[in-house]
Amino acid sequence: MDGIHDMGGMDGFGKVESEPNEPPFHETWEGRILALQRAMDYAGAWHIDHERFARERLPPQVYLTSSYYQKWALAMEMNVVERGLASPEELRAGHALKPGKTLKRKLTPAVVQDGLTRGSFFRQQQAPAKFKIGDRVRTLNIHPKTHTRLPRYARGKLGMVELCHGCHMFPDSVAINLGDNPQWLYTVVFDGRELWGADADPKLKVSIDAFEPYLEPA
Amino acid sequence: MMAQRHAFCFIVGHMSGHDHDHHHDHDHSELSETQLRVRALETVLTEKGYVDPAALDAIVEAYETRIGPRNGAAVVAKAWCDPAFKQGLLADASKAVATLGHVGRIGDHLVAVENTPKIHNMVVCTLCSCYPWEMLGLPPIWYKSAPYRSRAVKDPRGVLEDFGVSLPKDTEIRVWDSTAETRFLVLPMRPAGTDGWSEQQLAEIVTRDSMIGTGLPKHPGSTS
Repeated sequence: MDGIHDMGGMDGFGKVESEPNEPPFHETWEGRILALQRAMDYAGAWHIDHERFARERLPPQVYLTSSYYQKWALAMEMNVVERGLASPEELRAGHALKPGKTLKRKLTPAVVQDGLTRGSFFRQQQAPAKFKIGDRVRTLNIHPKTHTRLPRYARGKLGMVELCHGCHMFPDSVAINLGDNPQWLYTVVFDGRELWGADADPKLKVSIDAFEPYLEPA
Repeated sequence: MMAQRHAFCFIVGHMSGHDHDHHHDHDHSELSETQLRVRALETVLTEKGYVDPAALDAIVEAYETRIGPRNGAAVVAKAWCDPAFKQGLLADASKAVATLGHVGRIGDHLVAVENTPKIHNMVVCTLCSCYPWEMLGLPPIWYKSAPYRSRAVKDPRGVLEDFGVSLPKDTEIRVWDSTAETRFLVLPMRPAGTDGWSEQQLAEIVTRDSMIGTGLPKHPGSTS
């Protein structure tokens, strides 16, 4: 979706401000929401792209004025309710009113390292790769209303395939519950001027990781 | 009651304008509201049997004490000292890092990109906050912020200036936007004046920002 989350190339947000000696968490609840996310991921409650898609659906004014982990909390409420894992009444009451659903597994202290290790996103290929390293490609000019990982600034642009990362689950399908729909994944590199016009830094190159359905031969 | 209505307006799917005519200052009352909501989430998910609070404690503890940029710094220092390791790292970073027991387990999809006198690499996630957290810990706030996400792909030299870094005009700047599950670790250039240093000494000068590409390693002899 063409949401506020898709920030690449926007102007007006100001300087990048670094916080010296930044702690891992500024508030205790931030650690709790992060840990809840890891535990629910491990349990198979949803995929990472469900998390992303929920945050993308936050109204722009909320997205811009909520802190990072506040967005996580809002998005988690959405996923919990939308996936029938708890009801709004229960979240409002702060207690379970009915028994939970059965999830795939549960993160316990004994297996906590598994909850900290990223899962693999590789999936069995469904067809041979259409592109090879060095191929010239053009990204599609698409504007789906749902989750996609093709950023606006890189749509309809001419680039070159630089790396092939194998076949991965496809976020655009996963986020709307259409399954893994495995697709080849490539690093596609663009000249800065292709993205930003003649005034761009002549020594700039930008790459995205693009799933095969985002690309056509050029 | 307004706070309560506001808190749950998203999950019931009806958001009317008047719920959002106030500013979300990060003041005490706003944080308190968030604290309450997160506590409610944790309690409900625990009572439903989905999560175990003791496992949550262990995850928080891991991020506070174990998972941080020293993991990445150890990898960079080794690559600076061991040409075979460096070659392996650039060919398949997940595999190479997995051979280092002290760094801990990492998942698939790590790619290391090497800075040279000709090319400076910088990593961003314009769409959310993708970051090689097994190597670098949790991303800093600036990495997740609108200024960085918006400008890194368009004006990376300007971003570098914000970090006090100035590169020669003819250095190519290569920005890697982490739009899928691949995670990028920048392998910075080894500073001059570090001949004969041990891996441990070298790891001390590898900063987090140098592995994101918004900074450079510390100067040898610098105490900060």
